[in-house]
Amino acid sequence: MSRPFLSVANLAVHFPTSDGLVRATDGLSYTLERGKTLGIVGESGSGKSVSSSAILGLHRGTNAQVSGEIWFDGTDLLSLSDEDMRRRRGKDVAMIFQDPLSALHPYYRVGDQISEAYLAHNQVSKRVARARTIEMLDRVGIPQPDRRVDDYPHQFSGGMRQRVMIAMALINDPILLIADEPTTALDVTVQAQILDLLQELQREFNTALIMITHDLGVIAEIADDVLVMYAGRAVEYGATRDLMTQPAMPYTWGLIQSIPDVTRSVDLPLRPIPGNPPSLLNQPPGCAFFARCEYAQFVPGDRCATTLPDLLPLSDGHLKRCHLDHDLASYAVVETGAI
Amino acid sequence: MIAYAIRRILVGIVLLLSMVLVVFVLFFASGNPAKSVCGKFCTPEKLTQVTKVYGYDQPITTQFGEFIQGLAVGRDYPVNDAYRAALEKSNPDLVIHCAAPCLGYSQHDAATVNADIAKYAPVTISIAVFAFIFWIFFGVFFGVLAAVFKGKWLDRILVGVTLVVYALPTFFVGTFLLQYVAIKWQLVPYPTYVSIADGGVGGWLVGLTLPALTLALFYMAAYVRITRAFVLESLSEDYIRTARAKGLTERVVLFKHGLRAALTPLLSMAGLDFAALLAGAVITESVFNYQGLGLLAVIANQNSDLPVLIGLVIVAGAAVIIMNILVDILYAFVDPRVRLR
Amino acid sequence: MAAPLLEVRDLVMHFPVKSRGVIARTVGHVKAVDGVSFTVEAGQSLGLVGESGCGKTTTGRLITRLQKPTSGQILFEGQDIAQAGPRVLKPLRREIQMIFQDPYTSLNPRQTVGEIVGAPLVIHKLVPASQRLARVQELLEVVGLNPEHYNRYPHEFSGGQRQRIGIARALTLQPKLLVADEPVSALDVSIQAQVINLMQDLQREFNIAFLFIAHDLSIVRHFCPEVAVMYLGKIVEKAPRDELYEHPKHPYTKALLSAVPNIEQAVLGGRRERIRLQGDVPSPINPPSGCRFRTRCWKAQDICATTEPPLQKVGAGADVAACHFPEQ
Repeated sequence: MSRPFLSVANLAVHFPTSDGLVRATDGLSYTLERGKTLGIVGESGSGKSVSSSAILGLHRGTNAQVSGEIWFDGTDLLSLSDEDMRRRRGKDVAMIFQDPLSALHPYYRVGDQISEAYLAHNQVSKRVARARTIEMLDRVGIPQPDRRVDDYPHQFSGGMRQRVMIAMALINDPILLIADEPTTALDVTVQAQILDLLQELQREFNTALIMITHDLGVIAEIADDVLVMYAGRAVEYGATRDLMTQPAMPYTWGLIQSIPDVTRSVDLPLRPIPGNPPSLLNQPPGCAFFARCEYAQFVPGDRCATTLPDLLPLSDGHLKRCHLDHDLASYAVVETGAI
Repeated sequence: MIAYAIRRILVGIVLLLSMVLVVFVLFFASGNPAKSVCGKFCTPEKLTQVTKVYGYDQPITTQFGEFIQGLAVGRDYPVNDAYRAALEKSNPDLVIHCAAPCLGYSQHDAATVNADIAKYAPVTISIAVFAFIFWIFFGVFFGVLAAVFKGKWLDRILVGVTLVVYALPTFFVGTFLLQYVAIKWQLVPYPTYVSIADGGVGGWLVGLTLPALTLALFYMAAYVRITRAFVLESLSEDYIRTARAKGLTERVVLFKHGLRAALTPLLSMAGLDFAALLAGAVITESVFNYQGLGLLAVIANQNSDLPVLIGLVIVAGAAVIIMNILVDILYAFVDPRVRLR
Repeated sequence: MAAPLLEVRDLVMHFPVKSRGVIARTVGHVKAVDGVSFTVEAGQSLGLVGESGCGKTTTGRLITRLQKPTSGQILFEGQDIAQAGPRVLKPLRREIQMIFQDPYTSLNPRQTVGEIVGAPLVIHKLVPASQRLARVQELLEVVGLNPEHYNRYPHEFSGGQRQRIGIARALTLQPKLLVADEPVSALDVSIQAQVINLMQDLQREFNIAFLFIAHDLSIVRHFCPEVAVMYLGKIVEKAPRDELYEHPKHPYTKALLSAVPNIEQAVLGGRRERIRLQGDVPSPINPPSGCRFRTRCWKAQDICATTEPPLQKVGAGADVAACHFPEQ
């Protein structure tokens, strides 16, 4: 059997600090095929951004310790030399960031910033790169691209800036696009425009897309698979429909129940997850969610406190990291009113 | 852009005038200035005469008006019209014309303040320019180096050394260089100021080396640390991550994306530090006995020569204000966001 | 009938725009808030939603009188405070408090939690110094923080806990009206619900009225029985919650609602009508003539460019909308 297009295996990203080792990501594995979208959900500090930056090799040159394998289109990206990785970065794998205002350099014209990405990977003249830039700006829906190409980032609105970022990311026709909270800083109507654009471009170029977000609603709209992360590890992984209709572990339940949906009954109080996310320093043994989990009492003995559960298959392609008995889990879902 | 520059200059002129007013008021707050001119063996009659000759009997507003007029179009000394008219007949050589911008007349030096400053300024400007070039070049160079090698031994050495250099008092560094480098080891000739007219550019440079170095070392140490901090801050910005994600080489990421944003704030600091130096580096000039504005200030102070002190304060203030305007205008060229305002 | 707790009439805030010439002249105005009217009854809450730049935050700052409005009336318990001076405002500051968006920058990092929460007591000289600590601890307990932590600094707390500190500070003077400007948008999802629930409990317990300002339609829906939608400085629709969310009358409200990603419909199908607005919000310096939404509206006709639609009753319920062609 051929290897999947993107296969992350046992990825770990650790940062040594003076206070100890911060395990930002640990034991992370997932796969993604071309033309498909993987949604990675989690709260701040869950490791969703850190793990995805590792695919682009953005931790190289820092003190981060990255281990595991990232098989992408037949090569293990982690085994590449820095120079080989640089050649693929921005060409085969591209990334869009959360806040387009700070992600664009304030002193350079947007056109120069975009064509720079093209010139870095193509032996062409500046004139050709500029033409290609205008073409891309037009493609991502920026009006009057031949005029706006010479504007500076601060002269664009938030939504238009994110379009600039998308144009920059897609100018080399990457086969994998990582979008890190691309719509969090935007208004809802603009968010809808940007999500539509991303999906449209994905279909057009048959790109694989990793969508990192804290918003389950966004995931539900565009992802084929979902990976839920908590404290640096995957806690649930499966097809979007399975995971949203039959979430299988307490953290995912908590996430779903704490969202005030526009269609959910307002008479039901929101059910927040009590407590705060754990520190990534000196993680206790056992399940990272244990301290906040209301269901640990249903697990016999003190397994939740002492043993880290494995990420085990529940049904075909649906995995969860939880000691809770599956039948009990189904019961709990009905009981708490998760969809 | 031009409107912006004009607005900045207009504001600068207003600022300059208010500064002159404040200096002028301070001048009179220190008592009757005629007393210091009158000297040790002052009699009431002599004091009255001096007060009259120098125009100190006029209302302060009139005096200020005349001072401003002198700055704008120049004026003649002595100030008292009747006395000057008499003097013109008896002894025309003693009437002195002070061309605009007239900063005043020093009775003690029997010369206009402009002439005094013109005599001492070349030394100060030479030292300041030399030191400035030296400290900016090495300060930024080592600062960038420290930032790029952050946490490595090179960074630690640079940070440690600069801390020591920064902590050394200027008179110590100056005296050390003079005693050892010039006198004991004779690595350079004994430092004396040689103007370009006398010694050519070579002689001028050699003469300036030690004092400029003394001054530059202190600022250089500060700039290594400031540059390092700015570069590190800039390298942690989101747009640097974007630049890396595009697949640019580390060299382009550092020099094109990182340094430009890091060095922009240095521009305004460097401008102001340079302007401050133009007022004279008192300690350095004293140690090397260079006839610069700093030394002029010391001498004027010892002689209670108020007109010279006022002139020096105005020149120093003007230097800061002018550099400020220059920096603001340069800033607008460097940072497109400023242009719109 | 007694006057409502808060009544806002024709509130206007125009910020001057300076020219770029040598002498800066006022060449126009940013019409941030342009004729906004609403009422909030004691103990009730009104939601104010809209996208960035619609004037919702400015409205909140005007009501708390952090800024002085250009014109219009702000009647608090019948008294117009729109142009009131500091002496009149000081006692009123006890009645109207604000909760800010960013719990990281809105708390002074050099003050302890006790100092932050107790500061209003000192300023208004309400409680003798000896009882201040007891009152502060009581407040910390009310918002779900450990009362023993009064001498810790803000950085020792997580984002959600900091927002609780901000709420405790706002509660110190037992206000009648709380203006909450995006109180949860900087927090993680699981923490947002904690803070929302806390505010709901406090509202019930102390009978506080809320003006809840947010861009997140679903959170507003959860918190406020009545919701007003703002666009370019004006309220375009105001209605009871169920009416607004189930039968929006103004096209902008409809577009806004359809843009919110929704798990249930995305996963289970049965998709609503999807409306995608084109382009950006026009500049508030030169808003479009007539109806301000017409440049992005799919229903716009000639009349929309010439006549500004008034905010009027639409349909059978209490729904008011400013549109020539409201949805039925």
